[in-house]
Amino acid sequence: MEFIKHQIEKIKPNFEKGGKWEKHYYSFEALETFLFAPATTNGIKGAQIRDAIDLKRLMMTVIISMVPCLLFGMWNVGHQHFLAIGQSASFMDKFWIGVVQVMPIVVVSYGVGLGIEFVFATFRRHPVNEGFLVTGMLIPLVMPPDVPLWQVGLATAFAVIIGKEAFGGTGMNVMNVALTARAFLYFAYPTDISGSVWTYIGDAKAVAGYSGATPLSLAADAATAGTNVVASLNSFGAGWNEGVFSFWNMFMGIMPGCIGETSTLMCLVGAFILVATGAGSWKVIVSVFGGAYAMGLLLNLIGGNAFVEMPAHYHLVIGGLAFGAVFMATDPVTASQTETGKWIYGALIGIFTVMIRVFNPAYPEGIMLAILLMNVFAPLIDYFVVSANKKRRLQRATV
Amino acid sequence: MSTATAEVDMVEKKAEPLFSKKNKKLITNPLDIDNPITVQILGVCSALAVTTQMKPAFVMSIGLMVVTASSNVVISMMRNSIPSRIRIIVQLAIVSLWVILVDQILKAYVYDVSKQLSVFVGLIITNCIVMGRLEAFAMGNKPWPSFLDGIGNGLGYGIILMMVAFVRELFGGGSLFGFKVFESMGVHYTGNGLLLLPAGACILVGIIIWVQRTLNGHRETH
Repeated sequence: MEFIKHQIEKIKPNFEKGGKWEKHYYSFEALETFLFAPATTNGIKGAQIRDAIDLKRLMMTVIISMVPCLLFGMWNVGHQHFLAIGQSASFMDKFWIGVVQVMPIVVVSYGVGLGIEFVFATFRRHPVNEGFLVTGMLIPLVMPPDVPLWQVGLATAFAVIIGKEAFGGTGMNVMNVALTARAFLYFAYPTDISGSVWTYIGDAKAVAGYSGATPLSLAADAATAGTNVVASLNSFGAGWNEGVFSFWNMFMGIMPGCIGETSTLMCLVGAFILVATGAGSWKVIVSVFGGAYAMGLLLNLIGGNAFVEMPAHYHLVIGGLAFGAVFMATDPVTASQTETGKWIYGALIGIFTVMIRVFNPAYPEGIMLAILLMNVFAPLIDYFVVSANKKRRLQRATV
Repeated sequence: MSTATAEVDMVEKKAEPLFSKKNKKLITNPLDIDNPITVQILGVCSALAVTTQMKPAFVMSIGLMVVTASSNVVISMMRNSIPSRIRIIVQLAIVSLWVILVDQILKAYVYDVSKQLSVFVGLIITNCIVMGRLEAFAMGNKPWPSFLDGIGNGLGYGIILMMVAFVRELFGGGSLFGFKVFESMGVHYTGNGLLLLPAGACILVGIIIWVQRTLNGHRETH
């Protein structure tokens, strides 16, 4: 540590005003403050007491909370791979396949995103924004395991430039950057991000009877065919992956899907870290789950087709609802800022997710669109919460 | 409309040459600092709808240019006899005349493009650029400058349409004017579906506005 610090101190004058690499000061500053908490102190005026947890360290907390999802996702990619090709393999073999498959996606996401951040920071002469540290990890977690790497790069570039820099950089974006990348791929290359892309098969041959269907597509099919959703989920995979879509298996997340989003359990572990450290709002997480569950119950009461009648608790474990609720909806920039607003914002995300899933066969997964939609409405929710508060206090006022 | 003052200005400059500096500006301004789409933000709906391919975008640009210029001239000639309370309906009648003419000509000579453009040729009548120029310019200026203004705004509209259509057709479908560019070079190209959606066109227009304002330093005045 001391050695690194010493080296950084040694090259620092080159980057300061008048130094030979003056132009790249902000790139240097980003690296320095990433490694060591900055030694700058507050001015004479303004707040004097501050938490040592600055934005960079807060972002690292969020990344740590994603590690369970990432590690589990790596193992799961390998696990599903060997199930699909009908071989048995050791734990390490499965994990290794996952690492080989997932790491390039992570590297591309970080490389492209940080590259763009540094270019913008140098041109606009402002410090490099920390926001991408989290986004760069979120993007791989919501990608299918065998997504082409150039698509990851393109989606990341689109999300960072159009989703963030066009609005003014970190903290100014209207919509969640990682979801913007996902939405870009979803609309730009629909064939590469739907259908049977959720299991990495590679050069091997899939076993007889293999099918790349997801719980959501099975449920939609069951609705058309008029069969019971739970029964068709339970009977799926007979012969090569018995019981993959049973409720507990889906809760554990041992099923095909995006790299990091399959496991509701790991998302809950992440949620625990976020809430315990105060990095994420528990109100948003709880209200997303609550809204989805309530909407599911309501639909069960109304009835209709088989998807509508699917037990409400299934909605919480299929698709990316848990991941979206914990890591995407809680994004402090794009969520509602007021405490009451957070309840409304989260609940509406849950409600819309289930509605999109059940009523719109064109979009099997609703959580992405629901969060993006509510991102747009979050400032409006805040506006109404604040004006309601003003009205209440004015009534109380005696003057 | 302050027709009276504009009139006085025009009388004073009777000996003005056809392409005076001021008249040239009528053509060049709408191309950049007074562009109908990127600065006045008019006619965006049709810019998103007809730009999936270059050919219909090109025909649409020509159509709009003809309609804007011709209606500008007619309205400018009539401007002193139009009662101001019913001027909008008079303008609409003139515009619809030209739109129907353009529509019929397209149907007669380029039927396939006309089918692709479908309702959007007819909708030129509600295109904000046409009405906007009539109200803002033709009602207060002589026929010749009005004609140039119509041509200029038509060109300004067309240039943005062609830019958007170029990107959308090339990267969305891998072709230009129907010619398969990537295939002919022997490269396999996966079309970007987002660009073919209207949302993709909206983002492209936004990028054009971003680049243009960075280059010429234009800022909204509040």
